[in-house]
Amino acid sequence: MNQGPRLVTEAAQSFSFSRRAMVLGGGQALVGLLLAGRMTWLAVFENEHYRLLAESNRINLTLTPPRRGWIVDRNGAPIANNRTDFRVDIIPDRLEDDDRVLAQLRQLLSLDDEDIERIRTDLDRNAGFQPVQVAENLNWEQFAAVGVRQPNLPGVAPARGFARNYPLGEAVGHLVGYVGSASREQYLEEKDPLLITPGFKLGKDGLEKSLEDRLRGTPGAKRVEVTARGKLVRELATRPDRPGQTVKLTIDSGLQEYTARRMADNSGSAVVLDVETGDVLSFVSMPAYDPNSFSDGISQTEWKMLSDNDHVPLMNKILQGLYPPGSTVKPMHALALLRNGVSPEQTVHCGGVLQVGNGRFHCHKRGGHGAVNMNTAIAQSCDIYFFQMARELGYDKFAPTVRELGLGQTFELPFPSQRYGTVPDSAWKRRKYDTDWTVADSINASIGQGYVLANPMQLAVMAARIAGGRQVVPRLLLDEPHSPAPPLDIPQEYLDIIRHGMWSVVNGGGTGGWNSRMQVPGIEIAGKTGTAQVRRITAAERATGVLRDSQLPFRLRDHSLFVCYAPADKPKYAAAVVLEHHGHVNPITDAKIIARDVMTYFFDRRKAVRTLLELEPSWGGDYRTRRAAEEAAFRAAQAAPPPPVPEDAAAAADDVVSNAANANNRPAGNVAGSPRETPE
Amino acid sequence: MSGFGPDFVPAPVAQLPWRIILLVICIGGFGLLVLYSAAGGSLRPWALPQAVRFAAFIAMAMIMSRVPERWWSMGAFPMYALLVVMLFGVELLGAVRGGSQRWLDLGFIRLQPSELMKPTIVLALARFYDVLPTGEIRRFSAIWPACILIGLPAAFVMLQPDLGTALMICMSGVTVMFLAGIPLRLFVGGALAAAVAIPLAVNFILHDYQRNRVLTFLHPEDDPLGTGYHISQSKIAIGSGGIFGKGFLNGTQSHLDYLPEGHTDFALATMMEEWGLLGGVFLIVAFLLLIRWGINVGVRAQTKFARLTAAGLATTIFFYMAINMAMVMGLAPVVGIPLPLVSFGGSAQMTTLICVGILMSIDRQNRHSTRW
Repeated sequence: MNQGPRLVTEAAQSFSFSRRAMVLGGGQALVGLLLAGRMTWLAVFENEHYRLLAESNRINLTLTPPRRGWIVDRNGAPIANNRTDFRVDIIPDRLEDDDRVLAQLRQLLSLDDEDIERIRTDLDRNAGFQPVQVAENLNWEQFAAVGVRQPNLPGVAPARGFARNYPLGEAVGHLVGYVGSASREQYLEEKDPLLITPGFKLGKDGLEKSLEDRLRGTPGAKRVEVTARGKLVRELATRPDRPGQTVKLTIDSGLQEYTARRMADNSGSAVVLDVETGDVLSFVSMPAYDPNSFSDGISQTEWKMLSDNDHVPLMNKILQGLYPPGSTVKPMHALALLRNGVSPEQTVHCGGVLQVGNGRFHCHKRGGHGAVNMNTAIAQSCDIYFFQMARELGYDKFAPTVRELGLGQTFELPFPSQRYGTVPDSAWKRRKYDTDWTVADSINASIGQGYVLANPMQLAVMAARIAGGRQVVPRLLLDEPHSPAPPLDIPQEYLDIIRHGMWSVVNGGGTGGWNSRMQVPGIEIAGKTGTAQVRRITAAERATGVLRDSQLPFRLRDHSLFVCYAPADKPKYAAAVVLEHHGHVNPITDAKIIARDVMTYFFDRRKAVRTLLELEPSWGGDYRTRRAAEEAAFRAAQAAPPPPVPEDAAAAADDVVSNAANANNRPAGNVAGSPRETPE
Repeated sequence: MSGFGPDFVPAPVAQLPWRIILLVICIGGFGLLVLYSAAGGSLRPWALPQAVRFAAFIAMAMIMSRVPERWWSMGAFPMYALLVVMLFGVELLGAVRGGSQRWLDLGFIRLQPSELMKPTIVLALARFYDVLPTGEIRRFSAIWPACILIGLPAAFVMLQPDLGTALMICMSGVTVMFLAGIPLRLFVGGALAAAVAIPLAVNFILHDYQRNRVLTFLHPEDDPLGTGYHISQSKIAIGSGGIFGKGFLNGTQSHLDYLPEGHTDFALATMMEEWGLLGGVFLIVAFLLLIRWGINVGVRAQTKFARLTAAGLATTIFFYMAINMAMVMGLAPVVGIPLPLVSFGGSAQMTTLICVGILMSIDRQNRHSTRW
């Protein structure tokens, strides 16, 4: 109707209006239909989808952290358990006006500057999803005080939960590790909402970390209706948590604590094994951190104390400490000699020094031992005997036996990392340094110095294998299936000769001395002393007289080692005690006396305890007393507040440890210049 | 469909189009229920003031129905001029005070000129075509003044910036031009031009953030914290309501605050969560009945002014409803157009009932002329 110019009349326009109004009305009806269609699409066909979305909006699943499984010793005594805990956290997302909230919390919970500083640091790091712990282990009054003020403290979440508890404290620090809140990386990796649930802790180190799967358990859940702002409207349903499994260790917790205390103020480690089964009965690295305080969120002062300490409490010295084993390898080396056809009666003349080329290798006994056969060489720890043998045979003849007895090996133990050391031979040196093996290398290695490095666990395994004649491997989890270890491929007569040598060390007038003898009638100990030199003694110093360890700073003193087993005639237990930089300066805290008392614990517990209680005051009491005193002194000396704890304490601890380990294990001169051994 | 009073009832009250008033009360009353629920089952803070205003505006509409048609005709241009000046004033005030402003505070009332402009643009254009000589309608002189009449207020409103209202002014105006008999090819050509121009404008003229805002409704999940959140939550509310809804006062999206603006622009979602598809279809049918009545009033009208005004105002109500519903259901960008008679707020309520009042006035005139 609109084509072409034509006369437009009033009537025509009215008609046109009616038609166009109909078109308009029709169009509007169509749009109405379209809208109704969209409604139908959303409400009928997509109903299921949107109903789910509305439900997931409305319902919030709150997880309750599962109670962590217990870690118990071989008799069922708890090593790690849980205690009820009142705690307060901050959910950073919901926090408003943090200055006011923190000021109020500080007052209510009597927090100090250091706590506030830590909370602020954590808040900066955890912005968003991860709860920041304000305080744990609150008493009921403090907990209730925060609870009633909660409406005025947005973002503050008081909760009642369980906290990890380690009754033995420091004594099991390096055994169990510790627990802590999940890091951002862990959450991003696992994507499990449990990880960011307030109060949830997972294993950060040691057994807690490696047994995480068994210990964690299944979280409980609470379905609650919440508003868009997260305000709780009502509870809909709850499901209880399923606690994690109990894990039974081979450890004897009584012995563990005894050993830890008997370590005195040493920096060192002690391992006790069952000779037949390989069960690890005691696994002590001292000093250690207290896993209780680590699990609570460590304070800056504690952290600084631990990381600055020259006794490296952050290092698990049993598996991560590598030491030149020193003379403790001599019985094993004697075994290698026997296998290479050396007669036990063959003698070597010890004049106190061996000249090889233009190098001079000294025996620890200046005047020399005179004529030395194998038994005397072990008992008196004669260096020249082994120098001479190694010079003739070459260390390549020793190395296979050394490896067979456990050195250079890693064991299937539930720990994140083990350092396995070195059993050197010519092929190894060619590979590593691309140079030829020298006679001097053999001579140094023959007395456990030079390139030879081992960790204390390997030394304990060595002792256990010599004592039992079986290829035992250490075992820490009691419920793991195991079969009796197959016998070593070593004739019994050889073993008898070696064992007699080790018996002589303690009971036959050897380097063990009279006071390393077992004080239980009818039980004898067999062992081997060792001294690992960590510095090079120059010819000039030797000329003016070798400095005594007591004249040296801590870091330059010799390591003191002792491996042993008991009873000597029917071996049941084997042990290795390694003390860093002990230098034999204090006889009552020396390795062999510690080993003696630890062995005594098996056969006469009361006597062992009595000895400990007599001696303990001389080094300032047990580890708890000493740690408290140290901390007080440290705080007093520390004027400025210490720097914040590194974000990932476990990784930072690794750094501290590897620095320490590298400093420790610098091989002491593998050129001429001989290690000494100092019997008291 | 219009509410004819029986011929033998003489009282002025009986002459009121009661069926339409009842329909409006139905829609408004349903809206009050929605507001009551949105407040968590409480008259305050929304249902009660809305009810009071609703009653007042209904009364106003009834009074307006007694106003003779020619008064509207005479008042159209002065009213339009006044509102343009006020829009300018608002703009000026906003510039002076810094920031955007949409209302003038007259002391006793906060007047939002852009809101009143929606019916006024219809009146002004109807008046323009009324005075335009019949033969001129196919000439250019029938087009450019109308474009200025529409463009001036639309530009001011756009500056505020209120995209939704500007759009409504334009669309209402163009509808009146269409009804006035402007050649159809211009609309077809205009539509084609728009179909080409809008995507180009979106891609090349708008800034990134503006484009994102406009296009968010297509992918609301990509913008979970901005308007995308509004649309997502609104769709969840509507979709989870199903056919029969979750029941009065049982909506979780609105009561637990997941649905933002559940009492204003997104009232439809609040309603449909509890009343379901049935409630939604009821509202669409009720509005379409009201609009059909309005268009029929125009069809029956004797004068050109009355015809264009009636159909134009009916279309204004339609645009309110259609734009709001499309936006709430994720079919259109979120432009801030409320659902008339349901959403909380006086301005839209007033505008809608002004439309209804003028429609009733024209309807009354029609019946009088029929009778004469």
